[in-house]
Amino acid sequence: MRYLPHTEEDRRKMMDFLEIEKVEDLFDSIPKKLRFQGKLQLPGPLAESQLRQHFNSLAKKNMPLSKSVCFLGGGAYDHYIPAAIGQLISRGEFYTAYTPYQAEVSQGTLQTIYEYQSLICLLTGMDVSNASMYDGASALAEAAWMSHQINRLTKVLLPETVHPEYRRTVHTYARAMGLEVVGIPRRGAVTNLEALQKQLDDKVACLAVQQPNFFGALEPVDRLGEMVHQTKKGLFIAVVDPLSLGLLARPADYGADIVVGEGQALGNPLSLGGPYLGFFACRERYVRKMPGRIVGATLDKEGKKGFVLTLQAREQHIRRHRATSNICSNQALNALAAAIYLCLMGKEGIKEVANHCLQKANYLKKGLQSIKGFQVLYPDPTFKEFAVKADTPWEKVQQQLLKGGFLAGPALSQYYPEKDLANAFLLAVTEQRTKEEMDALLNRLEVLS
Amino acid sequence: MKETKLIFEKSHPGRKAYSLPPLDVLAENVEDLIPPAYLSKEAPPLPELSELDVIRHFTNLSKLNHSVDTGFYPLGSCTMKYNPRINEELARLEEFLHLHPYQPQETIQGALQLMFELQQFLAEIGGVDKVTLQPAAGAHGELTGLILIRAYLEQQGNPRSKVIIPDSAHGTNPATVNMCGYELVEVKSDSRGGVDLDSLKALLDEEVAALMLTNPNTLGLYDENIDVICQLVHEAGGLLYYDGANANAIMGYSRPGDMGFDVVHFNLHKTFATPHGGGGPGAGPVGVKEKLAPFLPVPTVEFDGEKYYLRYDLPHSIGKIKSFYGNFNVLLKAYAYILTMGSEGLKKVSEDAVLNANYLMRALAEFYELPYDRNCMHEFVLSGRKQLKESGVKTLDIAKRLLDEGIHPPTVYFPLIVEEAMMVEPTETENLETLDRFISVMKKIAEEAAENPAALKEAPHHTPVRRLDEARAARQLDIAWKPANRGS
Repeated sequence: MRYLPHTEEDRRKMMDFLEIEKVEDLFDSIPKKLRFQGKLQLPGPLAESQLRQHFNSLAKKNMPLSKSVCFLGGGAYDHYIPAAIGQLISRGEFYTAYTPYQAEVSQGTLQTIYEYQSLICLLTGMDVSNASMYDGASALAEAAWMSHQINRLTKVLLPETVHPEYRRTVHTYARAMGLEVVGIPRRGAVTNLEALQKQLDDKVACLAVQQPNFFGALEPVDRLGEMVHQTKKGLFIAVVDPLSLGLLARPADYGADIVVGEGQALGNPLSLGGPYLGFFACRERYVRKMPGRIVGATLDKEGKKGFVLTLQAREQHIRRHRATSNICSNQALNALAAAIYLCLMGKEGIKEVANHCLQKANYLKKGLQSIKGFQVLYPDPTFKEFAVKADTPWEKVQQQLLKGGFLAGPALSQYYPEKDLANAFLLAVTEQRTKEEMDALLNRLEVLS
Repeated sequence: MKETKLIFEKSHPGRKAYSLPPLDVLAENVEDLIPPAYLSKEAPPLPELSELDVIRHFTNLSKLNHSVDTGFYPLGSCTMKYNPRINEELARLEEFLHLHPYQPQETIQGALQLMFELQQFLAEIGGVDKVTLQPAAGAHGELTGLILIRAYLEQQGNPRSKVIIPDSAHGTNPATVNMCGYELVEVKSDSRGGVDLDSLKALLDEEVAALMLTNPNTLGLYDENIDVICQLVHEAGGLLYYDGANANAIMGYSRPGDMGFDVVHFNLHKTFATPHGGGGPGAGPVGVKEKLAPFLPVPTVEFDGEKYYLRYDLPHSIGKIKSFYGNFNVLLKAYAYILTMGSEGLKKVSEDAVLNANYLMRALAEFYELPYDRNCMHEFVLSGRKQLKESGVKTLDIAKRLLDEGIHPPTVYFPLIVEEAMMVEPTETENLETLDRFISVMKKIAEEAAENPAALKEAPHHTPVRRLDEARAARQLDIAWKPANRGS
């Protein structure tokens, strides 16, 4: 049988050693009435060639991005992934290892995590980073929990301009954790500062702001940071697009206490939404409250530099119910991909990619201004994504674009029932889009209107 | 000497490992598009390298790792089985790898079909009614499961305040209980390694929301009283949560749903052969009985007889526990594995996993103490108490000595209820020669412990680094390279 090395002779030999007649005898502790009778109703077994055929038949029912032109955004983006990343993370020494519990034989994984942590710090300007979280949304939920663990306060301020799926995730966690989530209305594409001001009091555990936000717009982060810091103990959480940091101010420079975000854009394929990675960084003074694994440098008994899992006293396997989080497995291989991406791009590359995104998105945004029946919704500065409103129903727009091979969206009305966002949607432009593709999209929209 | 310089120490200004096509739109001044207040004054100081620098650096680092591909990895409770190559290749098909989560659903029918079918396979294997694929890992599944239980009990009128877990539980269980705002209550294990029924009875009251249990438990033992345990908890109005970390032992033999569990999580990176990735990504789908189904996270993947679709309109849903739909690319590999093995194959997987574990356990019991002397399931726990008492050799020393033999040590010092614990899980994909070699190495180490304990304490000798100073790492915290450190 596939992947099972024993011959019947091997099994016999082992059973003789164990002095049993049949292998079922080893399952004697399962009470008779709980013994599963019959056969699990599952297809298979399939030989490798049959499995491949089956997958090929499923594959035909999917339309990969190579068969379309992708202007879809909303927290997952079609950035270019250098070939070197796939080659390196496909090494069995990386992907068939587990959490580096035995440091002496895990220096590869440990050093790459240390380097990943360092790269996230360089990118965000923060002091410390953990080894990764599940994704951007769960990283934000854990950041809210961490704020509570730091200041014991329970009021989480969450502007409506934060990604709706992130907000829903925070709500799910917060409800279980006994935190109160207060939504802050938007004014146009950005957080309503007056509304925020009204919620600022000494019960505030944290304010989480997304930069650029779900609408692609830039929030006045300097001001927002100042505002939450006027409360007694409130922390400022910044949710950032890592690639935007090739151009945009670093969260450390505008006063963020905790920085989280979705790391998919850093060399990880879209893969229908996962696996991605959540990055998580903070000020050094909070390091002992940070969730997740952390790798630190040290010396071996001969004085040679090496790396170990450190500050494990925060973690579930030591601290049990007093742990800072329950996270155990994280997204190590995705974090490795992100680290390799950042090394390949380097100081110049990340700036250049960010600039290409900005310039191209700006080109499309400008082009849209002359298309009848479509309006760019907000005047706020944006990075690679912006909101557009159609005079015709979104479903029609989406279908017409799909016929032309274009993917756009997501639609905003599914998250925001307000009238002003009916038939509004997002357009995201990565460095991969060309002028030709954008002109073709504009033509398609022109015909539609 | 293998190279261990940091990537930052290899940086050289002006080197590039990327290429971008020329910008094909008219470039405007960045400051005209974004007000300077929003901009960074300088680019992040990332290292500057050639592509070969990067390839060589990470390739050399990879060689410092022990992995399933390079050696035996009997790390208890982690199920370090072989990761089939065909699954990796299928996962790289562009029709699965390059799909945007917000694509129109008619363009991802193959992917949705795969998820829908996987939900059904897992429900069948676990004996539950409905499955969500959203949780990203086992602990994430636990969190989802307890939130589901809380939501269900709240709807019944009282979320209750306590969750019981055994003293042998995985560390993630108590941490999850705390995150979910429940008070943790620990139940003792009995002399046969199962839940102590009298202690359990004494703890059960109308404040108990749930019992979280791994079965087989972390001692590798199937709890013989599981039906009684489930009945007791249910009678007290609580629910039962099954931690699926050890499900590799029971496929086709026993289903958590049939045992009486209401919520079950699966670790696809353990039981279903998806790679561990150096610490993730995993996947931790959660299955539930019918009464809890209305509370599952959105979206669920459904089939209306013609097409597959994502369903969001579940009014009682707990909401979302991460973005999108789960670790799809991991789910896909587990799906491929189940199809490869089929029903009989999965049963054989559990049989061989259990056979291998018992074979090792009986052979090693000659040299090491076996605290619970009964048939084990897919793993077992030895104690190094004898070696510690007789020659001062700790379990840690034994573990480090194994490294010199090219073998990854068992999980050590866990579960907490066994002194000097070594938790061994060989998995079904290891052949007899590997098992026999492990036995002979463990025998040799036991002999060394008796004859030359001092030498054992020096191990390992042949690894890329020797024993590392963990206290120093925590005291003189260095967890990120900073530009100011350059040259130091």
